[in-house]
Amino acid sequence: MNIHEYQGKEILSSFGVRVQRGIVAQDAKEAVDAAKKLTEQTGTGWHVIKAQVHAGGRGKGGGVKLAKNLQEVEEIAGQIIGMNLVTPQTSAEGKKVHQVLVAEDVYYPGDSEPEEYYMSVLLNRATGKNMIMYSTEGGMDIETVAEQTPHLIFNEEIDPAVGLMPFQARRIAFNLGLSGAAFKEMTKFVMALYEAYTKSDSSLFEINPVLKTSDDKIMAVDAKVTLDDNALFRHKDYAEMRDTREENPVEVEAKAVGLNYVDLDGNVGCMVNGAGLAMATMDLIKQAGGEPANFLDVGGTADAKRVEEAFRLILKDEKVKAILINIFGGIVRCDRVAQGIVDAYKNMGDAIKVPIIVRLQGTNADIAKELIDNSGLDVHSAVEFQEAADKVHEVLA
Amino acid sequence: MSVLVNKDSKIIVQGFTGSEGTFHAGQMIEYGTNVVGGVTPGKGGQKHLDKPVFNTVEDAVKETGADVSIIFVPPAFAADAIMEAANAGIKVIITITEGIPVADMIKATDYIKDKDCRLVGPNCPGVITPEEAKVGIMPGFVFKKGKVGIVSKSGTLTYEAADQVVKQGLGITTAIGIGGDPIIGTTTKEAVELLMNDDETECIVMIGEIGGQLEADAAKWIKENGNRKPVVGFIAGETAPKGRTMGHAGAIVGGSDDTAEAKKAIMRECGINVVDSPAEIGKKVKEVMG
Repeated sequence: MNIHEYQGKEILSSFGVRVQRGIVAQDAKEAVDAAKKLTEQTGTGWHVIKAQVHAGGRGKGGGVKLAKNLQEVEEIAGQIIGMNLVTPQTSAEGKKVHQVLVAEDVYYPGDSEPEEYYMSVLLNRATGKNMIMYSTEGGMDIETVAEQTPHLIFNEEIDPAVGLMPFQARRIAFNLGLSGAAFKEMTKFVMALYEAYTKSDSSLFEINPVLKTSDDKIMAVDAKVTLDDNALFRHKDYAEMRDTREENPVEVEAKAVGLNYVDLDGNVGCMVNGAGLAMATMDLIKQAGGEPANFLDVGGTADAKRVEEAFRLILKDEKVKAILINIFGGIVRCDRVAQGIVDAYKNMGDAIKVPIIVRLQGTNADIAKELIDNSGLDVHSAVEFQEAADKVHEVLA
Repeated sequence: MSVLVNKDSKIIVQGFTGSEGTFHAGQMIEYGTNVVGGVTPGKGGQKHLDKPVFNTVEDAVKETGADVSIIFVPPAFAADAIMEAANAGIKVIITITEGIPVADMIKATDYIKDKDCRLVGPNCPGVITPEEAKVGIMPGFVFKKGKVGIVSKSGTLTYEAADQVVKQGLGITTAIGIGGDPIIGTTTKEAVELLMNDDETECIVMIGEIGGQLEADAAKWIKENGNRKPVVGFIAGETAPKGRTMGHAGAIVGGSDDTAEAKKAIMRECGINVVDSPAEIGKKVKEVMG
């Protein structure tokens, strides 16, 4: 589960990680109040107004701006809230901004120059261990750094039995070229960051930039935090951080009824049991001359109710010209699924206006085919995988 | 011969008396699998499905000589169940449970790495050696005995592949579902290696999906070891968009190396018979086996 920057910073801060401080605001007036309060708390004169959306590259799209007085805070917050923010990580339409983080200015002048670094904590799937990835090249897109200057990216792998060791934190601080007070601050920062990562059951922390201020403090200026969905049962407070406004509405609806749905751009909807078979079915749709409109895993129990819910989800997409249902009935019998399809179809009356291809394979596949063929509905049945693909090709032609 | 499980395997079910455990243990017994008992803490001494229930895996091993375990324990307790099985000396630990926290799996895989055991899964359909032992949730009737080994990340796609192989008049030695999570026990490479070293297996079907490096690692191993048996490969997810998780927690395209296209290219370079269409798996197996 992805969360907003301000929520990520709350989690980091609760584990003793120093962060750029800020207050979230829903409109321009709230932003001004937040700015006043922040000045009282931190002494900051300037404020940074940051759009809170689940997408990176916000600065590039005009979603992060500096305000030098309260009038500018009001103006900028007013501009950003409600805008459709387009960044390299959003679609062309962008993402609607519902709230901003009013943050303190941390790039103030002082004894030394501020420096930016990159740091992330994530799972290394190849070794099954967590690692800290970091670089002297902060504030930049890490993929660009990896491409152009891979020698400036360092990794520190963490032993699951003992966790992050102090010598590793020191190695990170040395590799970032730090000394003196900033060096000590960095080792503390890294130790706290890793503790926050494990205790919050996160699957990704990306802090870009980590800032060394002009007075040698180390802090997280941004925080991209992804929580492990499977572990939310032990973090009820984090589970409440979910912001469904940031998600595709059809996907939110699917999740509410326990279906695994991903919205795509194509013209053939599909309904499949099992994630691997669902992806394979999408591939087959493409090879048959269509484009998949979605990924949808209906899971093990494809009864009439679930089939109907799945139909409703797929039909919300007006681009859908045909629907392919591909169920491999193992434990669940094909005739039951077929009955579910027929019942759902009848319940929905005239809502279904596109041809449907049903491929049922496995237990009682023959009975199921007969049931579909004799239903009098506009449903094409198939038994073999290829046959289903050919039928998709036919109806699209 | 076969790999991992056979008619002599002594199998216990962890999470035996729960609804999933009860249903699937029943199906396994009906198939003829040698289920010798089960474990549910606090229910030791009872009988369930006519088999003894034990409080701990240790007790079960002592009393029954069990060497294989299948885990249906809920996600919050499943990693602990894996470690308990390894600690008790179980040799093959097959974990069906879906949704185990990643942090728990990091600990469990680290704990078992020096133990004399092999973990299959989690989030997998299990392992079947047709006509001998079904240790999983797959529909047994689809799998007929034969000479083709199957390794797959996905459940229903494994059934699909087995069905296609059987319809070509061929059969299966052992089908191994390795699971679709970011952290799993037995990797594609390790499962392929087992089947390569199995005398009875003459051809291997390797089914993968987007995300991770498992298929590429397996392909490289196959080539380095002289392509001893023909391998047919398929990678699902050619049409999956970047950055979106497709059902399995591990099925996500991160970088340019874990797209379906990149994986298939590596597999082809390594001499694997890659099919682009999931409908062609059976036909390709028939063709390469001559």
